[in-house]
Amino acid sequence: MGKTISEKILSHASGKDAYAGDIVVAKIDAAMMHDGMAQLVINAFKEMGGKTLWDPDRVAIVIDHVAPSAYEAFSKVHKMMRMFAFKHGAKFYEVGSGVCHQLMIESGLVHPGSVIVGSDSHTCTYGALGAFATGIGSTEMAAVLLSGRLWFKVPETIEVLIEGNLPPMVFPKDVILKIIGTIKADGATYKAIEFKGSTVKSMNVEGRLTLTNMAVEMGAKTGIMEPDEKTRAFLKALGCREIKGFTSDEDVDYSESIKFDVSDLEPQVSCPHAVDNVKSVKEVEGREVNQVFIGSCTNGRLYDLRIAAKIMKGKHAKKGVRVIVIPASRKVYREAVKEGLIDIFLDFGCAICNPGCGPCAGAHQGILAPGERCISTSNRNFKARMGSPEAEIYLASPATAAASAVMGEITDPRRFLKEE
Amino acid sequence: MLGPGKAWKFGDDVNTDYIIAGKYKLSITDLDELSKHAMETLMPDFSQKVKKGDFIVAGKNFGCGSSREQAPLVLKHLGISAVIAKSFARIFYRNAVNIGLPVIECADIDKIEHGDILEVNMQRGYVKNLTKGETYRVKPLPPEIQEILLEGGLVKYVKKHGRLPWQ
Ligand code: SF4
Repeated sequence: MGKTISEKILSHASGKDAYAGDIVVAKIDAAMMHDGMAQLVINAFKEMGGKTLWDPDRVAIVIDHVAPSAYEAFSKVHKMMRMFAFKHGAKFYEVGSGVCHQLMIESGLVHPGSVIVGSDSHTCTYGALGAFATGIGSTEMAAVLLSGRLWFKVPETIEVLIEGNLPPMVFPKDVILKIIGTIKADGATYKAIEFKGSTVKSMNVEGRLTLTNMAVEMGAKTGIMEPDEKTRAFLKALGCREIKGFTSDEDVDYSESIKFDVSDLEPQVSCPHAVDNVKSVKEVEGREVNQVFIGSCTNGRLYDLRIAAKIMKGKHAKKGVRVIVIPASRKVYREAVKEGLIDIFLDFGCAICNPGCGPCAGAHQGILAPGERCISTSNRNFKARMGSPEAEIYLASPATAAASAVMGEITDPRRFLKEE
Repeated sequence: MLGPGKAWKFGDDVNTDYIIAGKYKLSITDLDELSKHAMETLMPDFSQKVKKGDFIVAGKNFGCGSSREQAPLVLKHLGISAVIAKSFARIFYRNAVNIGLPVIECADIDKIEHGDILEVNMQRGYVKNLTKGETYRVKPLPPEIQEILLEGGLVKYVKKHGRLPWQ
């Protein structure tokens, strides 16, 4: 019987001929933790008697969730992280470096065929590069730091086949929202989702990362894709040498196969208070917005900022609307400056914050008041995620978010088609 | 044997933000303080009313969302003896086991009402509803997982055995 990418990677990493359902102990290629969990990880590591990291070069420690610190309690966590990282020689990313997942992708630690764990549920993002990557908890992370190994149940795989050319003003974010609205919040629990098809092939790597990033919103253990020429070119540019990876066999037994034709897809929006509450933008157009957030590990890359800037160019945000733009990393920020995107955002009246999670994590830089509505390019809209439980969060593409910022209400970006 | 304790009933898709919101997780590091906000979005006075030994009973996909281990931690800290749900999101499930909070999958959740008094036997695999005089079968936990739970979590396991369970 043929094997899926996930089965091949986990077989390779465990030295066992593994299939879905088997429990394996896999060698970990890289581990990432951030300030949202670091205190628990470090304490568990110490309690378990940890003295040294299994391989400091493969451990990334990132300050991004409350960066710079907004509370003394977190300043203490950050201090603890710095001390831990320096003592053990781990890779350390200081305040202002960016969102952990973007940094991992830029670091070259993620390559096709690798097994990566992170103390964050959106670690599944790296699957766009052909890695098996998944989120784990803090105590398990401590165990990985000690041993470089972790047990996994090899997941079954759902094949998601996406075909068709995306219409103008429809983007990878709209595709993944449509998929989540169909598969639902628990439709892929414990499983891997393999994204395939001509639409995926024609997307750039940045767009693909948006798809895999949100796999966990369907409960998936990971989202994954076959690496291709684009993946390899992307990784080569980062100086990564291990770029071969695995592909699924022809005769694979997928647990389910779901097809999407996106050639007539309309811009999508995920409505309060669940990510799988997905509608077309048209259905909710006209609802007033108070805050617009463009950024996060879902849509804070250069490709996303370009899309937003194209719509915002030469315009100003509607009175009463605050627009927060956060490049996903310092590298993205620098390129956005060079391309003149930041000038466009400044002219538009945006608040541009330092690379990091920003309001997505709900700790700072854009907390919502009761009764307020935010349209965001991030990945979760749970009640109270960004502040008051009486506030609303809508998730959309950078184009829809930018169009809404211009109009001060949820707006279909196709109204700005002329300018594309 | 877990309980007897009262059932606190919740619906489907209780996400980790509802169990403990990011705004608290990212501003409060003291577990006593943090636990005061457990389940607050769904039930504002939950942390004051819940008693040691009580159970959380919920629908499908309990604990979906983030990988925050603070979610099972605050529940355990408040004295919840187990979470019984139709199904669990995977990271929450692993986290709960690793910190020593029993997680039990049970198909008969709809028969349990808020306030029913329950008793659970994990080894034998049943939930007893003392209020209604009913017994529900549950999926017995795999032995590897029971072992970690019985030791009180992964840290305690390592302390006792001097190695990880999979080493
Ligand atoms: S940007 Fe949001 S979803 Fe991504 S890692 Fe940060 S808090 Fe999590």
